[in-house]
Parts: sequence; structure tokens; C-alpha cells
Amino acid sequence: MGDTMLTALILVPVVAAVIVMLLPANRKELALPVGFGLSFIPLAIAGYLFFHFETGVAGYQYTQKAVWYEAWGISWNLGVDGISLGLVALSVILVPIALAASTNITDRTKEFVVFTLLLEAGLIGSFLALDLFLFFVFFEAVLVPMYFIIGIWGSERRIYAALKFFIFTAFGSAFLLASIVALSVLHNQQFGAPSFDLRDLMSLDLSLSQSRWLFAGFGIAFAIKVPVFPLHTWLPDAHVQAPTAGSVLLAGVMLKLGTYGLLRFNLNLFPQAAVDAVPIIATLAVIGIIYGAIVAIVQPDLKKLVAYSSVSHLGFIVLGTAALTSAGFQGAVIQNVNHGLTTGALFLLVGMIYERRHTKQIADFGGLAKVMPIFAGLFLFTAFASIGLPGLNGFVGEFLVLIGSYSSIPGFAAVAAFGVILAAIYLLWAYERVFTGVPDKPENQKLVDLTPREIGLMVPLVVLMIVLGLYPKILLDRTAASTEALLDRVEQATTYEVPEPGRLADVFAGITEGDE
Amino acid sequence: MTDAIWLVIALPLAGAVFLHFFGRRLGEPLAGIIGTLSVAASFAVGFAAALPFIVEEGAHGETVMLWEWMPAIGANLEIAWDSLAAVMTLIITGVGTLIHVFSIGYMHGDERFARFFTYLNLFIASMLTLVLGGNFAMVFMGWELVGLCSYLLISFWYTKPSAAAAGKKAFIVNRIGDFGFMIGLMLVFTNFGTLAFDGVFERVPEILDEGTATAIGLLFLVGAAGKSAQIPLYVWLPDAMEGPTPVSALIHAATMVTAGVYLVARTAPIFEAGPNAGLVVAIVGALTALWAASIAIAQSDIKKVLAYSTVSQLGYMFIAVGLGGYIAGIFHLMTHAFFKALLFLGSGSVIHGMHDEQDMNKMGGLLKKMPVTGITMGVATLAIAGIPPLAGFWSKDEILGVAFEYGGVGIVLWVIGLVTALITAFYMTRQWFMVFTGEPRWDKGVEPHESPRSMTVPLVVLAVLTVGAGFLNTPFRLTLEHFLEPSFELVKVAHPPEGWGMFALLAAISVGAGFAGMAMAGFVYSRPREIWERFQQGFGRLWEAWAAAYRVDDIYGATLVTPGRKLSERLAFTFDAGGIDGLVNGVGRAVRSVGTRTRVLQTGLVRNYGVGFVAGLLAVVIWLVVAGGGV
Repeated sequence: MGDTMLTALILVPVVAAVIVMLLPANRKELALPVGFGLSFIPLAIAGYLFFHFETGVAGYQYTQKAVWYEAWGISWNLGVDGISLGLVALSVILVPIALAASTNITDRTKEFVVFTLLLEAGLIGSFLALDLFLFFVFFEAVLVPMYFIIGIWGSERRIYAALKFFIFTAFGSAFLLASIVALSVLHNQQFGAPSFDLRDLMSLDLSLSQSRWLFAGFGIAFAIKVPVFPLHTWLPDAHVQAPTAGSVLLAGVMLKLGTYGLLRFNLNLFPQAAVDAVPIIATLAVIGIIYGAIVAIVQPDLKKLVAYSSVSHLGFIVLGTAALTSAGFQGAVIQNVNHGLTTGALFLLVGMIYERRHTKQIADFGGLAKVMPIFAGLFLFTAFASIGLPGLNGFVGEFLVLIGSYSSIPGFAAVAAFGVILAAIYLLWAYERVFTGVPDKPENQKLVDLTPREIGLMVPLVVLMIVLGLYPKILLDRTAASTEALLDRVEQATTYEVPEPGRLADVFAGITEGDE
Repeated sequence: MTDAIWLVIALPLAGAVFLHFFGRRLGEPLAGIIGTLSVAASFAVGFAAALPFIVEEGAHGETVMLWEWMPAIGANLEIAWDSLAAVMTLIITGVGTLIHVFSIGYMHGDERFARFFTYLNLFIASMLTLVLGGNFAMVFMGWELVGLCSYLLISFWYTKPSAAAAGKKAFIVNRIGDFGFMIGLMLVFTNFGTLAFDGVFERVPEILDEGTATAIGLLFLVGAAGKSAQIPLYVWLPDAMEGPTPVSALIHAATMVTAGVYLVARTAPIFEAGPNAGLVVAIVGALTALWAASIAIAQSDIKKVLAYSTVSQLGYMFIAVGLGGYIAGIFHLMTHAFFKALLFLGSGSVIHGMHDEQDMNKMGGLLKKMPVTGITMGVATLAIAGIPPLAGFWSKDEILGVAFEYGGVGIVLWVIGLVTALITAFYMTRQWFMVFTGEPRWDKGVEPHESPRSMTVPLVVLAVLTVGAGFLNTPFRLTLEHFLEPSFELVKVAHPPEGWGMFALLAAISVGAGFAGMAMAGFVYSRPREIWERFQQGFGRLWEAWAAAYRVDDIYGATLVTPGRKLSERLAFTFDAGGIDGLVNGVGRAVRSVGTRTRVLQTGLVRNYGVGFVAGLLAVVIWLVVAGGGV
């Protein structure tokens, strides 16, 4: 059972999509409930995986490997470790919420549900794939449903935004594919057979220049996905045009393909190049943190503001990756999940007010706390989680990143810490303009507060924000061994040494290499 | 009892959660009573847990682990219970209980009555997290959570734009301080490999060189200056008066704003290893004390006087802890909590009785109408003016003594402290006379009345404390000193000069300053309005500068806020939308114009591009594999 669970996790959403597709055409009101109900199956499977995941084990768990095309060394090769586990969990949590948030989609509902479920399969597959070819297939596969979700159910300039999104990402993918193929070719040269298996490829003997070129190839693809400054301009457009569910899954999970890819592939495959590139990566990360936040401050569109805040928050994840320390890695991994929860929640909330007022312009609101107190309360709560208020989830990741990066790259960490001021400015100023004062515009005076369904969408996210804020152990216990192993990998393959205070050997004394 | 110490935080937190969900249904006054009881229970637990320190002299504290939080950096949820934590806990929950009681009367009739107590309870729990945290991260958590509560309570009446703006300003200015605090924490972790107090303080001498210790100390000062409203970050506190007056009393006078003082005292070993940082703390404190006191002279809003007075008094505490007089600093923190809470609650009682009037120019002659408020505020005025034997005298004199004993720069700080003492006596006396004596200058229709029992009883209790608390630590009997000593055993605590002669001399000078200030103000402000208005005009531009708080807000606006917004706009609309994205779209257009020549392929459907793209990639793959296999 154990070794087919991951396959099931990928295939169930696909099967669910097929079931929804086969629903009778005259019963299109069934699509959303059926899709929503079926999306609980991956949630249950992932929940089982999460709570049966062996903590303190560094290697991949629940692995499954089946040869797919032997001549090219391609295999259906899956496994999950502490770095991907949280992202899988995040995906299966956000999909049902995104579906339940989409009751306003009445046009071609069936197709919408199908695309969302296929997107889920692609995202989960990307996080589980240990074969680089397979990873690439999933990495590309998520583009298609997201392209259609933006392009069909988006706002006025949806075609422009969808195209921009598609072209940007496809551009990066070309580099990624070329680099992946090159790795396999090199494997063929060195070992006499091509292979796309990540663990095989980690034993390649790369010259420094090969390693650097390939690092750049992977790096560009992931940097666009994150997105890293200055490759970010597709993101605000995509978010502003995307329907709520699209934004939730785009910011919540899809961007993490970039940060995940950097951690998983760039560091494992090209450790020396990664160590050498730290100044570049850290510089771009810090620019992203500060620049994204400054640009967010004056955005007139609420959704665009949240989009730019993502650029800033993801900068922290990249910074934690570049830190090459235990705390930095842990922060990066946990921030992947935290950002998905808080930003997902913010996009949901913006969607709720958009459905009521058909505008996202901050200037159109004012005094909403008076008429929609529950909405205001949830928005403020989520804003503070995003600002990084200790006690809520956002703090844990960013604080670990900052503390962790200070010991290796102190200058960058110090500048990045400035981001905590800016985050307070853009979110609290936005809150002030939207929610406080007297609701003087007639359109705002008659607004109805959140419905039980809408509150229900927020409850799981709010609970997770508190739980992960106060008891991140639930996640950290599962990530620690994997992040330590990654650090081992970097240290062993390079001349790099984790700076003082060094490795946290006493904390992680119990870690052993996991079997595979 | 120490095992149950978590209850101290859990009780008010439970109160907040309960009131959040059920407060509205409970309504008035039940929600307020439950909120009050949860804090009173917390006080009781804290008192019981503090008994060992009282019974057994020199008893050591212990750390109680709750659960793992971020173990990788030595940051767990754990409570460090020692005598310093105990003193802070009793002040917070004690004054907190009284202010809760007061609020039941003060917030009567407010439509968000229950919500107010939710926030107040949450604040108490957060403040206790700050003072009980056993590592820097948990202290930082409390530090930020009190900031959140401050934000929520300052903008409690959020339909008023000025209140909403003030709350936001408070949080953002505090975050500027937190920026420094966080970098300080990073330095601590990099040097010690943990943020746990247990792993830091005892190892300070072996690990930190003086330069690093100074750097950490100065970075902590940045954080402390934000939270405790010191130069240059004090500007949020006067605006914070937009909040309901009990909030001003609890958060912006008695407890939260003293967090910076607590931080310096708690991290005393670091400041001892980097004494220059401490000296900077003291200098900042002295300058702030004088600066804010001068502004307070010319304020006409009853709460603004008290706000600047708080900034000024916090400066005294900074002088003390900066020079190593940790116990003197904590002592003044305690007495100030009593008499300043009393002054704020008294002003709240006046505002309540005057139908929300805050302008002292429209008061006068209130003593007859509000005798309890008037007399208790009079007691507090004497205390803050440093008149013996009231509490303020003992604690302020101890601080001045510490500065004097320090010598050198300390003498300068002592002189500044004395001048500030004179000014303090002046503006507080001015306030009391303007409000309570003379001809009524009330607006038409205002009929002042004494406040209800729920409001006057806390005033009386605080007045008793204001009279008596000073005796906890007099040169005759150093009770607080002995109580707190075990918490500062790692450092050398600075004291006032030894000997009765010196004590008498220094006390005579400072009491003289206090009486002089009171006499001047009394001479002017006990007389008709025309006289004191002429007196004020006599100062000319200087008075205007004081009244306008030296226009610091305008200066910050012109030098920081406006340029910051312009930068943000330029980056967002010119650079990002125009520059980067313009470039992207330019490339896109160029590609398209090339594409028009190969129009045959342009079917206009992205699907076709997609197919072409995948096909192209596959071709590359195949070529590479074949070629690669051949090489």
C-alpha cells in the first residue's frame, strides 16, 4: 500500500477530473459540489501521509519507482521528504477551498472544475517527482490548466495576462528542459546509460563551468516562477486578471515550484555553483523583498497590492535558501507553506469583496469595518499573519530565515529585516483606507457581511495560521532531517562550511539517514 | 506554584478568547466583569507564585518549559520566573485589574463594550508574555503582540479617521524600532547559537567582546526607543491618545511603554559587557526627559500633557537602567505605573464628567464638582513633582542619585534630571490648577459630575498606592532592592551615593526643584485666566514651539513620509510598470512584428503555439539524446 500512495495522490485528482467531465451536460450545477467532494480524497491521502511521515528521517519516504522508458532512463519515480511534504499538504488543502470559493463561476463550470483538479495533479506531481523528466512533465503540465483558468474565467484583460504568464514560464522551461537533457546526456557519458533519476544525477562529476551553466539553466526557470526580480512583472497581471481560485492556487502553490526547485534541484545537483552564486541569489532576494514591498505600498488595486507583497515574501524564501544554514533552510521550507496560507487567504478575501462590489480599487472602499465587521476582522487577522506577527505563522518562517541568514550573509539579512517595516506599512495603510472611517459611499453602506460559506472557507486557514504560529513543531519536526541532509550534501560536495554558530548537531542528534 | 505559572498568561488569554466569541451575548456589564475577573485571577496566581521570593531571601528563579516553538534557534515557549518577572507581573495584573474595573464605568454605553474587554484581556496576556518569556524570541513575541493590542485599542473608535491613523502610526513607528531589535537578536544568535536566556546571559563574559556587546546593546536601544517612546521614535505616543483613556492609562503609561526599560534591565549582562551602549541609553533618556517635558509645558489638551509627561518619565527610567541602576529603574517604573495610571484615569474621569471635553482651557473649577477625582489627581501631581514622602519622590531621587554617583557625564545627566524635575512640577501643577480651580470656563450645556463608583474606587486605590509604594524602597528599608537582587546577580547594580549626608543633600536639591516648579505654576495658574494667558504669551515663539511639539511630525513628514511615498510611486508606476514591464512588452511587440512575416503560422490560438512549443522541445530532446548517445 505504502509505495503506491504517492501515485494515488497524483492520479486521484485526474480520475476526479474525468468523473466531473463525464457528468451529464444538463446537470452542470453538479460539477462544483462533485469536484469539491472528490477533492477531499487527496486531502485524506495526504493527511495520512503527513501524520505517518517518519520524523527524523532524512531520505525520501513512500518511494515508488517504475521504469517508464528504459532506453532514455526515464522512470515513474516518486518520493516525498521534509522539503516537499508541506507543499503537498498545502496543495491538497487549498484546492477544496479554491473550489468552494468559486460558486460565482457559472459559465462553463464543469471545465473550470476539471482544470482545477488537473492543476492539483500537476502541482502534486511536481513536488513528488524524483525523476527530472517526470518533474519537467508535471512542471509543464500545470501551465495548461492555469493558462485556461486565467484566460477563460479571468477579468477584462485576461487574454493578455494569460499569454504573458504562459510565455514567461515557457521561456524559462526551455532552459530547464535543455539543462535536464544535458544532465542525462552527461550521465550517459560518465556511466554508460542515460538517467533522469535525481539521485543518479547527484553523483555526476561536473566541471565547474558545466555546473555553473546548468545551474543557470535551472535557475532561470525557477526564478521566473518564484518570481525573482526583475522577472516578476507577469505576476501582478496574472493575479489581477485571474479568478479568485486561480489566484489562490497561483500564489499559494504554483509560485512554490520555483522556490522548491531551487532548494531541491539547484542545491542538490550543483552545490558548488550554488555556493558561488550565493551573493547573486541573495542580492536578488533582498531586492525582491524591499522592492516588492515598496511597490506594493502605492498600488491602487487591492489584488495587485497582495501580488507585489508575494514578490516580497517569496524573497524571504529565496534568502533562506541562499543562507545555507539550518535555520535558513528551515525558514525557507516552512515559509513556503506559510505564505501559501496567508496569501491564499488574502486573495480569498479580496475575491469576496470583489464579488460584492465588482471593484478591487482601494479608493472605492472606506469604512467597511462598520458594515462588514466579520470580513474586516478576518482581513486584519490575515494581514497581521502576513506582516509576520509572532504567534501567527508568518513570523516563524521569516524569523528563521532572518536569524539563519545573518550568520552566513549578515549584510543581506540586515537589509532584508527592513522588509518587516514595509510590510506593516503597505498592509495597515491599505486596511486603513478600506476599512476604517465612516462608510460614506452609498454602494458600501448596503454591503452584506460574509455568509457562513465564506466564513467556512476562512476557518481552516485561520486555524492553521494559529497552529503553525504557535506549534510549528508539527512541520519543523518533519522538515528538520531533510534540511540538515541538504546542508550535509552542500558541505560534503563543496569547500563550504556552515559559519558560526554552525550546525545544530545537539538539536538534531537523533537524525539518521533514512532508507530508501 | 511555579508549575502553574502558565496560568498567569492563560487566564487573561482565555478571557480574551471567551469574550471574543460570547462577549456580545453577555453584554454590559457582565463582559467587563468577566474580563476583570480573569485579570484579577492572574494577579492572584502571580502573587502566590511570587511568595517564594518574598519568604526566602535570595531565592532563585526557574524556567518552566511549555512546548517547543523554534528549537533550531533555542526559542521555545517557556516562562522564566524570577523576582524581576514577578514584580512586572504584579504591576501589570494589579494595575490592569484596577483599569479593567474603571473601564466598566468608562466604556458604559459603547456599542463595542465587550470587544473593548476582549482587547484589554489580550493585551494583558501579551504583556505578560513579554515579561515572562524565557528567551529573546518569546520576549519578541510579547513585544509584537502588545504592539498589535496597542494598534487595536488606539484605533478602537475606528470610524474616526484620526484614531485609525494614530493606530497605524503607532504600529509602524514601533516596527522601525523592531527592525533594530531584530538585528540585535540576529547578532545574539550568531554569537551564542541560541536565543535562550539560559544559554546567553551567563556566557556573556566569555563570548562577547566589548564591541559586539555595545552593538547589541545599541540595537536593543533602537527597539526600546520605539516601544518606550524615546527620541527619535516617541512621536507615536502623543497620537496614541486617540484611544479610549483607560487604554492610555494601561498601555501608554503604566505597562507597555515600559517594555523598553524592562528589556534593558533583563539584558543587563549585555549592557554591562558594553557599557558605552548603556551610556547612550542614559543620554537618550535624559534628552528625551527634558525634550518631552518642555513640550508638556504648553499643551492644552489634558491627555497630551500626560502623554508627553509619560515620554519624559520614561526618559528617567532610561537614565537609570542605562547607568546600571536597574533596580532604581524598575522602582520608578512601578511608582510611575501607579501615579501615571492614576493621572490618566483621573483625566478620563474629568473627560467623562465634562462630556468628552479634553481642552483644559474649557475646564476650571472642577474640584467642587468632582472632589474624588480632583483630590486623587492632586495626590498624583504631588507624587510626580517629587514631593516627599510620596512614591515619586523616592524613585526619582534614587535615579538622580545613581546619575550623580556615576560622575562625569552622569553629573550632566543629573543636572538635566533636576531641570526636568522642575519643569515636571511646573506643568503638572499647571494642569491641576487649570482643571480644578478658578472660574468655570465650560462650554454651554456642559454639566460636570463626579464619575460613578466603578471609576472612583480605582482612583482611590491608586492614590493609596501612590502615597505608599515609595516605602517599598527607601534608604531606610530596601525591600524591593533585596527582592530584586537575585535577578541581577550576574551584574553589578549601580546605586545612589552612600551615606545619609549625601542622601539628604541630593534630596534637598531635588525637592527644592520640585517645590520651585510647583510654586511658579501655582503662582500663575491659581489666578484668573487673563493673567496666565499673558504669562504664556510672554514666552512668544518659544511657547508656540512647545505647543506645536517643535513641529517634529511635520519634519518627519517632509523628510521621510513624503519622499518615501514619492519613491514608492516612482518605483511602482514609472520604473516597474513603465521600465521593466515596458521592456517586457516591447520585446513582445518586436517578436510579434517579426511574426507577421510568417503569418501563415499565426492562427491566433495559443493552443497551436503550445503544440508547436512542445513539438519543438521534443525535437530538441530527441536530437540531444541521439547526438548525446553518439558522442
